Amino acid sequence: MNAVVNNPVEHFQSEYARLIGELDNDPLRDERKAALERFAATGLPTKKVEAWKYTDVQPIAKRHFNTTQAAPPIDVGQVDAVRFGDLDCHELVFVNGRFNAQLSRLGDTASGISIRSLAAALADSDSGIGARLGHCLGENTHAFTELNTAFLQDGAVIEVARGVQVDKPIVLLYLDTATDTPTACHPRTFVSLGENAAATLVESFAGLDDSSENLTNQVTEIDLADNARLDHYKIVQGGGKNFHIGSINARQARDSRLESHSLALGGNLTRTDINTRLEAEGATVILNGLYMVDGKQHVDHHTRVDHLVPHTNSVETYRGVLNGNSRAVFNGKVYVHRDAQKTDAQQSNANLLLSKTAEVDTKPELEIYADDVKCSHGATVGQLDEDALFYLRSRAIDESTAGSLLTYAFASEVVAQIKLAPIRERLEHIVLDKLPQTEQIGEFV
Amino acid sequence: MATQSHDVEALIKKRYEHGFHTDIETDTVPPGLDEDVICLISNKKHEPDWLLQWRLEAFRAWQKMKTPTWQHIKHAPIDYQAISYYSAPKSKDDAPQSLDEVDPKLLETYEKLGIPLHEQKMLAGVAVDAVFDSVSVATTFKEKLHEAGVIFCSFSEAVQNHPDLVKQYLGSVVPQGDNFFAALNSAVFTDGSFVYIPKGVKCPMELSTYFRINAMNTGQFERTLIVADEGSQVSYLEGCTAPQRDENQLHAAVVELVALDDANIKYSTVQNWYPGDENGVGGIYNFVTKRGDARGNNSRISWTQVETGSAITWKYPSCILRGDNSVGEFYSVAVTSNWQQADTGTKMIHLGKNTKSTIVSKGISAMHGDQAYRGLVRIAPTATNARNYTQCDSLLMGDQCGAHTFPYMEVRNNSAKVEHEATTSKIGEDQLFYCRSRGITEEDAVNMIVNGFCKDVFKELPMEFAVEAQKLLGVTLEGAVG
Repeated sequence: MNAVVNNPVEHFQSEYARLIGELDNDPLRDERKAALERFAATGLPTKKVEAWKYTDVQPIAKRHFNTTQAAPPIDVGQVDAVRFGDLDCHELVFVNGRFNAQLSRLGDTASGISIRSLAAALADSDSGIGARLGHCLGENTHAFTELNTAFLQDGAVIEVARGVQVDKPIVLLYLDTATDTPTACHPRTFVSLGENAAATLVESFAGLDDSSENLTNQVTEIDLADNARLDHYKIVQGGGKNFHIGSINARQARDSRLESHSLALGGNLTRTDINTRLEAEGATVILNGLYMVDGKQHVDHHTRVDHLVPHTNSVETYRGVLNGNSRAVFNGKVYVHRDAQKTDAQQSNANLLLSKTAEVDTKPELEIYADDVKCSHGATVGQLDEDALFYLRSRAIDESTAGSLLTYAFASEVVAQIKLAPIRERLEHIVLDKLPQTEQIGEFV
Repeated sequence: MATQSHDVEALIKKRYEHGFHTDIETDTVPPGLDEDVICLISNKKHEPDWLLQWRLEAFRAWQKMKTPTWQHIKHAPIDYQAISYYSAPKSKDDAPQSLDEVDPKLLETYEKLGIPLHEQKMLAGVAVDAVFDSVSVATTFKEKLHEAGVIFCSFSEAVQNHPDLVKQYLGSVVPQGDNFFAALNSAVFTDGSFVYIPKGVKCPMELSTYFRINAMNTGQFERTLIVADEGSQVSYLEGCTAPQRDENQLHAAVVELVALDDANIKYSTVQNWYPGDENGVGGIYNFVTKRGDARGNNSRISWTQVETGSAITWKYPSCILRGDNSVGEFYSVAVTSNWQQADTGTKMIHLGKNTKSTIVSKGISAMHGDQAYRGLVRIAPTATNARNYTQCDSLLMGDQCGAHTFPYMEVRNNSAKVEHEATTSKIGEDQLFYCRSRGITEEDAVNMIVNGFCKDVFKELPMEFAVEAQKLLGVTLEGAVG
């Protein structure tokens, strides 16, 4: 670090100047420059910005993240620890945002399926990826997305041709490991499914060190053609001091179906924005989410579903369990545009507060400009049901075990939606591990 | 259906029933706002110096503020220098002692509105502090209230006769610098109502004020302050109509409620100001700050509102539940038709233990109407065992309208139970068909269904108001179906 720069905009500008000097033949030169200018115009969001009212990014603004520092080597044992058991998959491993071919297990891919790192795609001048990036970013992006566009260097590009069903789940394993000074990485995932194609994508963000203060500022773009189907899982289990800002941006064509599961289970500050645009009739989006936070963790989910045309559907279910001094934010927006008749949108958010000092800020929003629609939303904040607790205690189950059991049941409503058994089982364990009296309730579940 | 829409057009074109203009000589200051105007207002009302200073403080705070832009409404920028801040019927100078002395033209106006003061004394048992533009012209039933010890008078009189009470409570719920429009109101308010219910007194009748905006170009800045002392009870009704005019008029009122230990305040509003014509021209801008402070233990504040008028309604009657076991309620029906816009809702701030709040909001949007429910439920760390239930439903009529819900929930205590649910839908075709098949016209069927939709709120209104509200709803939605 040369001169001390206090202003985050200036810091990122100087980092940008450094980065751009290292890149030659960059197909994104213009996009990067424009994105950085847009970022400089707004700066990092403050609490006065409505979408960031409850999430203070001062801890990010205060740190001077290095964007080019290389990650120290990690060994296979560390990767195995965060893999999903014996899940048979196409796997790409990233360490601090950079693709690591040695650790990855891509396997053979059938024709019509292309899975590669973004760095490789950008280096290949025939890929045309430069022109396609940003295709799914709507108008509702924020300053961090601009930063991602300005700084992106790696990530994944997944393209599935029409009619092709990907045989195995695709897993992107983003690992974070401590560096000398806090590092920021800005990976981008670009997914494009052709007509009638289907795939399952797992993006897992795992922190290997509790001491790492790194920032992962990730963006996923999902482009679904007619009748395409994507099951998407995002699992954030950062180290104790990790910052994660991520967004999922989808565009959906006729009769396409996106199932998104977002699980935030660790990290210092975790924010995920999910924006999906239902652009043609019959498009459906299912949004499931679970957040379990403890200590001083902060987790924020902002979702937005744009119903742009008639006959589109969305179902959203988010649940949260809060302990310690943690704080959770949920903001779910359903936007029914003019003439998007016959929209069916349901949304629910339920929160369980287990400690006196935890805080929940929830805001389910509806913005509706059409009349023949069915939209509903609900949000609750509460505690464990006293009757249920009493029932269990009257059957000689001690209070703490009964509480854990009921909390587990609350969280498992979302976990049970996960179709991939190895991932579901692993998450069940993660959830169990967060509760007291794990051994006892292990017998019941 | 073709003939139906023909009827619809005819109905939409129906003139605003209460749109007439009474020609009375008014004592109006020229448009513009500076410290001199505030001194002039204060001087004209023979106010004590502390109140003038209070106004000036508010004005200085206001000058530093920016017009808020976060609300979901659109309007042309307001030129605050083009508004005349004081207008009083001339006849105030020789104040009428009884109804007989009241300017007959005024009485005529009220008669057109269907509130003949002569009859009111005998009939309704309701004391009316009728506000015509900015000065109260007649107050009835004073003696009866006096016997009970209840103070119910215009704000100006309260300043003269009960300065201690006014000084103690004014601005204690909505401080001068609370928000842009509250600050403006605090600087230039001209009159309003003041109510004080002494300890242990149950107010013997419903108190009511009819507001009415009259003279051209005079923004109306009312200030209402209701204080319910320990163990007292009061029900207050507020109803509004305004004559037709083309220029948008700003109405920025402030209502403050204070409930001490065991006190109970019920505040009901039927608002039917001029909503603008079918092209969205004209109409009242209703930007109001209403807040109740349930200061004492076991106190209760209940807001009920039926908002059918105004070009733009923008208000959030709120409760600060400070006392232990205090209760806050908000029941609302808001209708936006033609080009009306509404951004309304409530705030329930839970501070005391065992505090409870209930929010029931029903929004009806028709034609180009656009409305938003915006609500906040905040459970502070001190509010052990707080409970909130929120329900907000929207009914959409026509494919050009909009309905939005922005509920904020901030929970900082794990013993709290907070629930929110909202639905948005159109009138069920099957419900309509059922009614039509039993020989009920479409218009009546829609009326029935809409009234059923709003029933949870109407049942909270005092009886006479409930009847009026149902009628009003029917009139407002005439022509909205087809």
